[in-house]
Amino acid sequence: MTSKNILTLGQKFSVLIVDDDKIIRRIHKVLLNKFGFESHTVENGKEAVDLYLSGKHFDLILMDMEMPVMDGPKATRELRAMGVNNMIVGVTSRGLDSEKQAFTEAGLDYCVEKPLTSETITSLLQELAKK
Amino acid sequence: MERNLHKQLDNMKKSLIDQGYLDEQFIQLEELQDEANPNFVEEVVTLYYRDSARLIQNIEQTLEKIPLDFAKLDNYMHQFKGSSCSIGAKKLKNECTQFREHCKTGNGDGCKRTFQQLKKEYAALKKKLEHYFQFARQAGPIEKACRPK
Repeated sequence: MTSKNILTLGQKFSVLIVDDDKIIRRIHKVLLNKFGFESHTVENGKEAVDLYLSGKHFDLILMDMEMPVMDGPKATRELRAMGVNNMIVGVTSRGLDSEKQAFTEAGLDYCVEKPLTSETITSLLQELAKK
Repeated sequence: MERNLHKQLDNMKKSLIDQGYLDEQFIQLEELQDEANPNFVEEVVTLYYRDSARLIQNIEQTLEKIPLDFAKLDNYMHQFKGSSCSIGAKKLKNECTQFREHCKTGNGDGCKRTFQQLKKEYAALKKKLEHYFQFARQAGPIEKACRPK
């Protein structure tokens, strides 16, 4: 199923971009908007957790691994402990498999490398459409 | 006339890629440009140079301290590498990797040497991209060039 076909189903997915790098936030926001996502950005894991505590919800969270205040693994664990069951995808520039594994074990659905590509987003859309 | 400018612009970009300054990520960024974000790449690159200036300064100050804090240096360089990757700055990305290798082995001289090279590449890329964007502004958006008269 192509991303275009997914979008013509009428579904508009929401995404929370959690990253302390403002360049990555900007690039990912524009890229995701092109795929029809409604995107919201925050700078660290605590802001993501606070959004959910305030009652907000997203179909997809793109979670950076290393962030000040609260990092990706901690934020992911807290969100899952709160009962958040939407897709959480770790996004990291760290290359080590052991670090990605540890991040995944915090509660991610997937872990991908940044910056995101169109191919990665198409795969994520396909997974979201299945849910 | 406009077609020629666009062709020259394409050649400039190809040259930057062939010389190893930029990689595929830069092309991906250009593909995100549209009517809603007509100067997206220039905007992101400007943001990059503004943001990374602070990181460069932090690294410089940290390299002056004795003894060297390799963990701190590695952390700064990780951030710098991430940003450099996101704009497709291939040579800079490689210099960052080299620097981080020196941090892992506790090679202070290696860090300082690589950092000097990194600063040169950083300045060189900035000049080339300023020239590229100046030319891109003259060439205008691609749609205009293709519109029949």
